[in-house]
Amino acid sequence: MTIKEIQDEIIDEFSMFDDWMQRYEYIIELGKSLPLINEEYKTDDNLIKGCQSKVWLQGEQKDDKIVFTADSDAILTKGIIAILIRAFSNQKAEDIIKADTEFIDEIGLKEHLSATRANGLVSMIKNIKMYALAFDAKNKN
Amino acid sequence: MLDIQKIRADFPILSEKVNGKPLIYFDNGATSQKPQVVIDAEAKYYQEINANIHRGVHTLSQLATDAYEISRVKLQHHINAKFSHEVLFTSGTTHGINLVANGFASILKPGDEILVSSLEHHSNIVPWQMLCEKTGAVLKVIPINEEGELIISEYESLLSEKTKIVTVNHISNALGVINPVKEMIAKAHAVGAAVLIDGAQAVPHLKPDVQDLDCDFYAFSGHKMCGPTGTGILYGKEEWLNKLPPYQGGGEMIKEVTFEKTTYADLPHKFEAGTPNIAGGIVLGTAVDYLNEVGFGNIQLQEKKLLEHATKRLLEIEGLRIYGNAKNKASVVSFNIDGIHPYDIGSIVDKLGIAVRTGHHCAQPIMNFFCIPGTIRASFSFYNTKEEIDAMVEAVKKAKIMLS
Repeated sequence: MTIKEIQDEIIDEFSMFDDWMQRYEYIIELGKSLPLINEEYKTDDNLIKGCQSKVWLQGEQKDDKIVFTADSDAILTKGIIAILIRAFSNQKAEDIIKADTEFIDEIGLKEHLSATRANGLVSMIKNIKMYALAFDAKNKN
Repeated sequence: MLDIQKIRADFPILSEKVNGKPLIYFDNGATSQKPQVVIDAEAKYYQEINANIHRGVHTLSQLATDAYEISRVKLQHHINAKFSHEVLFTSGTTHGINLVANGFASILKPGDEILVSSLEHHSNIVPWQMLCEKTGAVLKVIPINEEGELIISEYESLLSEKTKIVTVNHISNALGVINPVKEMIAKAHAVGAAVLIDGAQAVPHLKPDVQDLDCDFYAFSGHKMCGPTGTGILYGKEEWLNKLPPYQGGGEMIKEVTFEKTTYADLPHKFEAGTPNIAGGIVLGTAVDYLNEVGFGNIQLQEKKLLEHATKRLLEIEGLRIYGNAKNKASVVSFNIDGIHPYDIGSIVDKLGIAVRTGHHCAQPIMNFFCIPGTIRASFSFYNTKEEIDAMVEAVKKAKIMLS
């Protein structure tokens, strides 16, 4: 599936919920399916800056795709990073670089993009894109 | 007794809705809401007397200058300073602390000591660390016990003739603990050290008496006491303010300027370079009038009730721990639930229309002491009600169920 197709699938799933509580419960559920980062990668280098909770993210190149794993000490954050990983993991670097993130708005997580959330979600997206940029540059060399 | 509904009607924002629910505002420690008189006074200044102060001979400039200086005198009386020129307008507590720390750069020598407490906000830590880097002075830290109280015996043993300044908050922002500052000031003076009190969290709850405390400096912000943002006061004893060099150069703070030499203005203008926040300074006086009209006795009574109610109700929740159980405490409850990240609780409680603060509250050393990433902090003001607290308790319970 392309990133766009996965994002549409996520939007579809979230459209079933009438209120924020069901959405949050689903996010918590999704957190449980997060591909967990290997303990040895839970280093300061992999810690995403700008989150109230701790988030570790690790990207690895497998064949021509990037595979992400992550973890967080907060449940909601874990769910949010799980959603991002579902959309962006196992994708090609160039596709990740090009992809937009409007689906975040559509599933009602817009407030997590605001500056008062200490830019946690923004930083997560930025880190995912940075991995893609780095691998893309490496592949071109 | 306060008529809370009447008080609440003074604050237009309290009838706003957030996320479709009536706003319950428990982030008063971060900033207080503003009564209509304060909002009106700000508009009135710009509508009627806006002009630059201390320079023009024209009528408007004099009106604005008078209003600004009347406000200074109001603040002087409010904190019982001996002279109005000991009352400096600042942009807030942080500005006041930096002004003093900067001034001490010309006083300190390598090996001199600065004492801060473990309960400090970053804004009362970092300026002193910067000062240490500049001067070679050493920062020493007064520890706390499990209840979040400063350990006075440890404080005493840290004090010595090397101590040049002690800087401590009157009330801790993260835990709400009220520190025994009067006693601490006397002890510091006994070794010849100056004392700065960070009053940011105290002024919404009490009327500090700087002469009775005998502090050398007392810094606070206007926006936490119903005043506008970007306002504040630094009180300094006359002898200290005369001793410290100016903080910033510019207009207003000079007596005479030539390219060869500039002489500085007298107090308080020596420390008030540039056009100040004129409207803010004037309206801070309005906010103080408002609080005095409500009465600090009434405010304390109401806040004590709220604190007791919140503590009792929150402790009904299994696994909930309150940080900072000092006997002497302001209306702040900082808590966590076993095994749940404060960010998770805060996010859900927010969705239910309740504004609490989550995180380290700009006091990371305290969080490190308790080995936690942060807390949920509910800080109450006299315009809050028991019913609002009950709604928060229900919201926390709901969050706990969702997150367990």
